[in-house]
Amino acid sequence: MSNDTSVATYPTEGRGALWAIRDIRTVTVRNLRNLVRVPVQVVFSLIQPVMFVVLFRYVLGGAIPVPHYVNYLIPGVLVQTTIFGAVGTAIGLAEDLQRGLIERFRALPMARMAMLAGRTVSDLLRNVIVVITISLVGLLVGFRPSGTFLNYLQACLLMLIFAYALSWGFAFIGLAAPNSEAAQAMTFPLIFPLTFASSAFVPVATMPGWLRPFAQNQPVTQVVDAVRGLMLGLPHGSSTWITLAWALGAVVVLAPFAVQKYRRVT
Amino acid sequence: MSDVAVEVRDLTRSFKKGGVQALKGVSLDVPRGQVFGLLGPNGSGKTTMVRILSTILAPTSGTAVVDGYNVATHPQEVRRRIGLAGQYATVDENLTGLENLTMIGALNHLDKGFVARRSRELLGEFNLTDAASRSVKTYSGGMRRRLDLAAALVGHPPVLFLDEPTTGLDPQSRQDLWSIIEGLVEQGTTVLLTTQYLEEADRLAKLLVVLNRGEIIAQGTSAELKEQLGATVLSLSFSTVDAASRAVEIIRPLSPKSPVVEGTVVDLPVEGGPATAAEALRRLDAAGLAPTGLTLREPSLDDVFVSLTGHRVEDDTPVRPGRNS
Repeated sequence: MSNDTSVATYPTEGRGALWAIRDIRTVTVRNLRNLVRVPVQVVFSLIQPVMFVVLFRYVLGGAIPVPHYVNYLIPGVLVQTTIFGAVGTAIGLAEDLQRGLIERFRALPMARMAMLAGRTVSDLLRNVIVVITISLVGLLVGFRPSGTFLNYLQACLLMLIFAYALSWGFAFIGLAAPNSEAAQAMTFPLIFPLTFASSAFVPVATMPGWLRPFAQNQPVTQVVDAVRGLMLGLPHGSSTWITLAWALGAVVVLAPFAVQKYRRVT
Repeated sequence: MSDVAVEVRDLTRSFKKGGVQALKGVSLDVPRGQVFGLLGPNGSGKTTMVRILSTILAPTSGTAVVDGYNVATHPQEVRRRIGLAGQYATVDENLTGLENLTMIGALNHLDKGFVARRSRELLGEFNLTDAASRSVKTYSGGMRRRLDLAAALVGHPPVLFLDEPTTGLDPQSRQDLWSIIEGLVEQGTTVLLTTQYLEEADRLAKLLVVLNRGEIIAQGTSAELKEQLGATVLSLSFSTVDAASRAVEIIRPLSPKSPVVEGTVVDLPVEGGPATAAEALRRLDAAGLAPTGLTLREPSLDDVFVSLTGHRVEDDTPVRPGRNS
C-alpha cells in the first residue's frame, strides 16, 4: 500500500458551530440521497394524503355540513400530511440504528446532534415536496384559496415549522423503538387523536361535548385554524401565534430529550 | 509518544438489562504497530470492550486510554485517532462506495481534496475501483466488508479496532482481508482485533488475550497459548460411553495434558502427533478396545476453552472431566 497522500493524517483541531453546521449538511445530503435513490418512499408518503383528499372530497364530504367543503378540507389534509411526514424522522432514525450506522457515527469526531438535526432537516425538505404536491392535487379537485399568495406561503411555512418541531419528539421515539416498524406503530396513538380530534376534517362544534375542550385547545386545531384562515383569507384570531408558541415549546422541550437519548442509546 | 497504543486498567461494564456484567475488571496493554488479538466466544465481552475503546459505550469503572487520550474524559480526541470496522458492515447501502467514503471523510472533518484523493486510493487498494460509483446494495458480502474497512481508514487512524472482521465471510474474502490487515500493520497501524477463530488470531496477532465471560483467562503469544494446549488434538470416538471411559485411562499416560470425554468421544491434546496416535491405537488394541473413529487436528478455540475453562464455547455446559468419570 502506498503512503503518498498522507498529508493530513490527523483531522485538524477545531470545534463549534461551523463544524456542527458542516456535519448537519453532510448528514442531510446523505439522507436526501437515500430519498432520491429510493423514490418509492416519497411516492408512498404521497399516496395516503391523496386518498384522504379523494375520500373526504367525494365520499364523505357530501355528508359534512360545511359549505364549499373542499376549501375547508385541503388545509386540514395539508396539516395532517405534514405531521405524518414528521413521523418519517422516527422511522429514519430507527432504521439507521437498526443498520448500525448510528453506532459507526458515534465513533466519529462529528457533532453529537448532527445526526438528529440532519434527519429533521431532510424530513423538513421532504415535507416541502409533500406540501407542493398536495396543494396541486387540491387545486385539481376544486380547492380555491381566496387569500393572497403571500398568505398561502405563510400558511405553508407555519405548518412546516410545526411539523419540524414535532420531528424532534419523533426523533426520541425513533431512538427508543426497537425497530422501524415499532417506531411507526408507537407514533399512531399520538398522531391519530391529534389529527382527527381536531378541526382538520370537521368543525369542532360538531363533536360531542366531552371531546370539544380537548379538540378546541390542542395544538393541531390551532395550526389548522391558522393555516385555513391564511389560505382562505378568513380571520383566524391569534392561532398563528399560538401555533408558533406550541412549535417553540415543542423544540425546547423535545430536542434536549432526543439529544440525550442519542447520547445514551446503545 | 509511548509505545503502548491502548492501555486498559480494571475495566468493568455492567448492563442494567438482565443485570449482566459484560466486563469484570479487564487490564491489558496493546503495543504499538502490531495486531493484538482479543479471542473469545459470543458473550465473552469482546464487543463490549471494542465499544468502550471506540467511545460508543461508557465504562462502568476503570480506565481506558487510546493513543494517549482517556476515552471517558477526551472522547472527541480518541475519535480523531481511531478507525472502527466490524462484522456488521455499517455502510449506507443506498450510497455508492465512493459516496460512503466521502461522507465518512467529511464527518472526520478532513480536507475535501484530501478525502477525494484518499478515497480513490483506498478503493484502488481494496480492489473496489470498478464498483466505486455503484450503489453498495449491489456489493457482495466481501466487498461490503472491504468498503467498511476502507471507511475506517479514510483519516489514516493510528489505531484500528476490528470487531470480528471476517465472521461470515467466504475463505477467499477472509484471505483478502487478512492480507489487507497485514499491510496496514506494516505501515505502522496498531490493530486491536476481536475474533472467534483461533486460526485468525494465530495468523495475524502477535499477542493474544482470551476472554471468557468478561474476564481474561489466558494471555501471551499465540505460540505460548498453543504450548499450554499441545500441538495437536487426538480425537477418538467409541461405540459406547463405557468404552470411552475405559479408553481414557489407557491413553492418559501418553500426554502430560488431561483428556476430555464427551459422551463417546475422547479428546487428548498431544505433542507427538501421528506417533502418539499409533501408540494409542496399540495400547487400546492390547486392551481389546477398537475406536470407531480417529482424527488428529489443530487445536481450535473450542479446545483452548475446554482446556482453560472446562466447558465448550457454544453452550456453556460443563464437560465431564476425564478423571474418575
